[in-house]
Amino acid sequence: MTGAALRLDDVACVRGGRMLFRGVSLSLTSGGGAMLTGANGAGKSSLLRLCAGLLPAFSGSVVRSGGVALCDEKLALDNEAPLHRALSFWAAIDRADAAQVDAAMDAMALTPLAEVPVRMLSTGQRKRAMLARIIASGAAIWLLDEPGNGLDTVSLDLLGQAVGRHLSAGGIVVAASHQPLPIVAPVTIHLPDHQADAA
Amino acid sequence: MRLLWLLIRRDLRLAWASGGMWLPVAFLLLVASLFPFAVGPDAALLARTGGGMLWIAALLASLLPVDRLVAPDVQAGVLDQLAARGIGEEWIVLARLLAHWIGFGPPLMLATVPAATLLKLDAAAMARLELGLLIGTPALAALGLLVATLTAGLRSSGALAGLLALPLAVPLLIFGAGTMSDGSGAAFKFLAAASLLLVAITPFAGGAALRAGRD
Repeated sequence: MTGAALRLDDVACVRGGRMLFRGVSLSLTSGGGAMLTGANGAGKSSLLRLCAGLLPAFSGSVVRSGGVALCDEKLALDNEAPLHRALSFWAAIDRADAAQVDAAMDAMALTPLAEVPVRMLSTGQRKRAMLARIIASGAAIWLLDEPGNGLDTVSLDLLGQAVGRHLSAGGIVVAASHQPLPIVAPVTIHLPDHQADAA
Repeated sequence: MRLLWLLIRRDLRLAWASGGMWLPVAFLLLVASLFPFAVGPDAALLARTGGGMLWIAALLASLLPVDRLVAPDVQAGVLDQLAARGIGEEWIVLARLLAHWIGFGPPLMLATVPAATLLKLDAAAMARLELGLLIGTPALAALGLLVATLTAGLRSSGALAGLLALPLAVPLLIFGAGTMSDGSGAAFKFLAAASLLLVAITPFAGGAALRAGRD
């Protein structure tokens, strides 16, 4: 994962005719982490989607090198499939092997739920399943939108460990959250500072 | 190629598990068994009108699965995840088109055999009908998918899907039903041309629709 980079240069984002933020710059290289903070509607999710290439920047530029794994509010796992098979679909798309799926499920303490259909999972278990999908992807750049939502303290700890391992392996993490997360991120972007009417 | 295969396998598995594959088949058989009640048991009349009737039934049957073709994956975030991996929307739509046809075309053609018997079509007419459906069902599948990508983000997309798809399906209906009475084979060629056009533009038009619908 060395050589991974994510660089935002004076990025502005317009949604529904309203400028959410402007002048956001960020430069992360291998092992770098950033936190996005701000109230609901400040544009945290939009900035992550922008980083993932799912939204065009209104102005400025976004440059990525390395694969992207996005964890947003959508599970993207087949409801009827057992958890292991649902995760294996994405692993196959990402050219990850079966051992990576097992390791990711283990990292999120999901191994006992491998044969449970995805629709039966609880809110916290779904979030952990989503994080397992991110871990198994092997992508260098993790974009985590409210990764701590619905997680109990034990799971939050697992999340912190997984992120720590990813960073020390040379990955990049950008996490958006309105609550404190056990993630070491040297860079913090407080989005309300970048609102159009802010000086 | 590997990616295409993975996507097709997933789509087929979902279609099979949801049971939605049988909806068009049941619809076609239902129409074929109701039609004689409506026009009476006159064998000659049934044989003359049955082929065109089955084409209409096939066309309407292709609209039944529209709301579950794309919208569930948009809502679940599957398409976002694929896009974040840099996979082109055209490939996604192409894979879905292949999977949708496999789950739609052959079952419909099989159901046409008992349906044609119910409508007193003779062996030659049934053969023409099956050949026409072999050429036409990829276009019906493509049209359904195209409309599904266009209406994926909308509520009550079902009614809108019909309004969008039916005008575009008119050439298929004209040439498809035309093959039943035409000896020269010209209708088959026009049907194939219309079918080819729809199948060829669907990955691009559908891909553009998915991109435009993303927010």
